[in-house]
Amino acid sequence: MLQITDLHATVADKPILKGLSLTINPGEVHAIMGPNGAGKSTLGYTLGGRPGYEVTGGTVTFAGQDLLALEPHERAAAGLFLGFQYPVEIPGVSFLQFLRESLNAQRRARGETELSGGAFLQVAKLRAGLLKMDLDMLKRPVNVGFSGGEKKRAEMVQMGILDPKLAILDETDSGLDIDALRVVGEGINTVMRQPGKAVLLITHYQRLLDYVKPDFVHVLAGGRIVRTGGPDLALELEERGYEAVAA
Amino acid sequence: MSQVAALPTRRDEDFRYADLAALTPLWPVAAEQVRVPGGEAQTMTLILAGGEAVARELVVTLGAGASFDLRVLNANGAYGRVALRAELGEGANFTLGAAQLAAGEQVLEIVTQVVHAAPDAVSRQIVRSVAGGQASVNYLGKVLVAKGASGTDGEQSVRAMLLDRTATANARPELEIHADDVKCAHGCAVGELDANGLFYMAARGIPPETAKRLMLQAFVAEAFAGAAEEEALLEQALAALEAML
Repeated sequence: MLQITDLHATVADKPILKGLSLTINPGEVHAIMGPNGAGKSTLGYTLGGRPGYEVTGGTVTFAGQDLLALEPHERAAAGLFLGFQYPVEIPGVSFLQFLRESLNAQRRARGETELSGGAFLQVAKLRAGLLKMDLDMLKRPVNVGFSGGEKKRAEMVQMGILDPKLAILDETDSGLDIDALRVVGEGINTVMRQPGKAVLLITHYQRLLDYVKPDFVHVLAGGRIVRTGGPDLALELEERGYEAVAA
Repeated sequence: MSQVAALPTRRDEDFRYADLAALTPLWPVAAEQVRVPGGEAQTMTLILAGGEAVARELVVTLGAGASFDLRVLNANGAYGRVALRAELGEGANFTLGAAQLAAGEQVLEIVTQVVHAAPDAVSRQIVRSVAGGQASVNYLGKVLVAKGASGTDGEQSVRAMLLDRTATANARPELEIHADDVKCAHGCAVGELDANGLFYMAARGIPPETAKRLMLQAFVAEAFAGAAEEEALLEQALAALEAML
């Protein structure tokens, strides 16, 4: 589904990703762990196409397309979802309006028919319920006045509504208390643990992985993947620290 | 107010950024008087959306406990100026909600002087301007609190969004206070569309033009929140925005 080969990327002319390769197949959950500054968030933003994250080498293929040739909104329409570490507030635009625009823009881009207001609300209600979020919350402006945990849950509601092929979740676990972590974990499993879908979890900590069991764990250090293992690797990292394991 | 005043020059503070060439044939501008008697409430909607230069001058007097809600959509195709002087009696309530949408080489401006002449009056001015191309949007606004007008509550919220680096916004919120126990706030910001917000929308699949439009709609809508003719104003504003983008 996603094939990253020898990816190099710079931010403000500073090399951050230095030859990262990773293959994700349908049905798999991958976790990328690593110390601060390893390039974890840069990987997410680079795959999402954020301005300022410049690819200087390598290739990325997603669902048979050259991902790097697509504009950010085209990447979303192709089935890529980027969950933000710091979801952005958009004053004056309600979540429902935002999500309906998002979903229908994606559907138009894929040549599908747009969802009517009623049909959209049905989907929104179902997905919000899954994340134990009141539909009324989605009448509020995007992320405005939301707590850190609410923002993260709202990200997962968005993921549920947009129903992507691949979700790249950047520190979705940060800012969540234990109960919210479980709700978010279950949400990820329900939406993404489906045939033909895959997840890339970017995280510092092992705790989200208790709920969303990864098939592969990668250690990112110095802009490349330095070790790959199974779920046990996350436990080993937790125990021994990045420095010992990545060395 | 004299109607045979000489044509202003750039030295006149209130005309510092005006399009004087466009103003000349309109000069002198006759003042339109609005009197809101004590205890009464009035609303007014001004929409400048034609192709000819327009200069309006309003002189508003609010009696004790009167309220006046003025909404302005300034999207004139040529020079568009709304000048306003409001004098507030005791406990009066004045609202100005204005949006200016300028493209090309347009100059659009709102010039206000709000005089709190007596105690306990409230004034709220919210101005949202968008400028693209080589256009200029101006807001020159003075809140004057007279001696003895204690309990005054005055607010100016002025924001401008520049769509191109070649566009200009001039904002000068000003306070002159001659009384104690007064609450006056002014906020003023000139900026560009939030790049983080635009990328966030793109990451959800919203194309850049749509994202831009959604953000600008929300920005402009702040000026019309709570207006009697909110929907009609928004509709016209959105049509003007469409034409700009």
